Amino acid sequence: MGKIIELKKVNKWFDKFQVLKDIDLEVAPQERIVICGPSGSGKSTLIRCINRLEEHQEGNIIVDGTELAENTKNIEKIRAEVGMVFQQFNLFPHLSILDNCTLAPIWVKKLPKKEAEEIAMKNLTRVQIDDQALKFPGQLSGGQQQRAAIARALCMEPKIMLFDEPTSALDPEMIKEVLDVMVDLAKGGMTMIVVTHEMGFAKEVADYMIFMDEGKIVERAKTKEFFENPKSDRTKLFLSQIL
Amino acid sequence: MNFIVKPSRENIKTYVPIGLLLVSISLIDVFFNAFFDFNLIGFLPSQLSYFSPLILGFIGFYLIRIEFSGIRSLDILNKNINSNNFNALLTLFTIFIIIKSIPPMLNWFILDANFIGNSKDDCTGDGACWVFIKVWFNRFMYGLYPNAEQWRINTAFLTLFVIVGISFFVSAKLKKYFILFLVFVYPFFGIKLISGGSFGLEYVESAAWGGLSLTFIISAFAILFCFPIGVFLALGRRSSLPAIKYISIGFIELWRGVPLITVLFMSAVMFPMFLPDGTFIDKLIRVLIAITLFEAAYMAEVVRGGLQALPKGQYEAAKSLGMGYWRMNVLIILPQALKLVIPGIANTLLALVKDTPLIFVVGLMELAGMIGLAKTNPKWLGMAMEGYVFAGLVFWIICYAMSRYSQNLEKKLSTER
Repeated sequence: MGKIIELKKVNKWFDKFQVLKDIDLEVAPQERIVICGPSGSGKSTLIRCINRLEEHQEGNIIVDGTELAENTKNIEKIRAEVGMVFQQFNLFPHLSILDNCTLAPIWVKKLPKKEAEEIAMKNLTRVQIDDQALKFPGQLSGGQQQRAAIARALCMEPKIMLFDEPTSALDPEMIKEVLDVMVDLAKGGMTMIVVTHEMGFAKEVADYMIFMDEGKIVERAKTKEFFENPKSDRTKLFLSQIL
Repeated sequence: MNFIVKPSRENIKTYVPIGLLLVSISLIDVFFNAFFDFNLIGFLPSQLSYFSPLILGFIGFYLIRIEFSGIRSLDILNKNINSNNFNALLTLFTIFIIIKSIPPMLNWFILDANFIGNSKDDCTGDGACWVFIKVWFNRFMYGLYPNAEQWRINTAFLTLFVIVGISFFVSAKLKKYFILFLVFVYPFFGIKLISGGSFGLEYVESAAWGGLSLTFIISAFAILFCFPIGVFLALGRRSSLPAIKYISIGFIELWRGVPLITVLFMSAVMFPMFLPDGTFIDKLIRVLIAITLFEAAYMAEVVRGGLQALPKGQYEAAKSLGMGYWRMNVLIILPQALKLVIPGIANTLLALVKDTPLIFVVGLMELAGMIGLAKTNPKWLGMAMEGYVFAGLVFWIICYAMSRYSQNLEKKLSTER
């Protein structure tokens, strides 16, 4: 099976501080990967490198056969294929939920407005907030906003979805509604890379688990093995603290 | 009656009527004094009579200062203007000053003012000589523009008002075309109509333009052009390309660091010296460019404030959807940033309108300039007060209208709750 994301010996520094150290990672289509690790371990930076919200300084990142480099056209093409969901939702507050969802399809993919709205409503229905379509982000609850953000990313019909701690900014009772949407998405065959501390979710959907610490991938294992029989001591310690 | 007893709910029945009576006497005394020159308590020794309103009012306010009186209006009054002795004094002083200043103002503006006549000799009263404004009104509006051609200015402005008026009532789709027309077509139509020189219209050189119409022309053009230039400068200053960034910074800091009056002088006097022989740029156009660039520098900094106030996540979200630099800025960043800085933009534009009188340094006479000219006319000496009060009033009306409009816009565009 081909690889849709390939990272080879990726290194990244913030000034002198090295945040990513020799990262090698391969993701096959329809694979679902959960990345966990203590804060500051570089997991967010890693997935932000995949759509180049952060630049890496050494190594290669190849997404869907396109190498990420300085070429602006390549970057925009890849970003249009890679959806991203943020911890802080980052909905556009000056636009209604529907406009949030149709803006990029209309202006980036050049879809006609009507078609873009159909896709938007389909995705909003999928995340169960179609009744909120004409409201503004500020009128929605946190969980609804995050689901809207997922719908917005889906409207670009991406091949890959990146989730950067999507439930960390939510109230406990809203976490479930967002996770349900993500589980549904995973079962639909979407390629997903998820940074999260929700281990229940990880156990349910992840094909592989990745544990990161201090900028390095410490352990990469099948989900079942990762939880039942972790190899490194660092992983064991981390799991004992959060489980 | 025992004055030592603190006013409270027990003695409310006696204290409140007495207190209100004292306050009323105090205010009525000042009122009669100011309006009818009649002293209610003149029978008292002169010093006591002079201070009596203050003393009576103060005691009255003390008596009605009852906490949780149970009377709603009294509670509101106490909370807002009578919360302690010092506030009671301030309240009294403020009311006295207002009452005292109304009659002289009224006299000067209306009662003793002269409205009828057509020369300075008709002004016999002590008040304002509004005859001055009446006689010169035409000049204050049109400057030295020939009387026979003034219909052209009227037509230009009337067309503008009609178009703007209609654009408020049409659908959003049509509105777009109205705005495009107003920004890209109308200015040239208006200028051609006013300057003439073709289509059988007599040419009127810009030195003859003046008065309030010139204020409007300069303000409108400067606002129209300084806004987009300012936005580009603001984006340029935050650009990641060093050349664009440093050119923007240099431009902004240069224009912000120079007084407008110097810029105007340079544009009118120095600039032509650098032009090759035979080329000529109209003085008004040079001044317009100078004001536009000057205000654009200020606008740029206001807009930059808005850009910086946006969370980084908005940029990232736009990028992650595959938007490039221009789409991100036009669709996501600027609509939010500009909305944030509407008060700042209104501030800059108001300052721009009020800066227009400075063009007198290059010999152009807008409203305030024409008034300055008229008051030095030998037949109308000593009319500075009337003239500048009139100018102040006109500028205030313009600026207040702009300010209200910006507040409405802010309210209309707000989506966050």
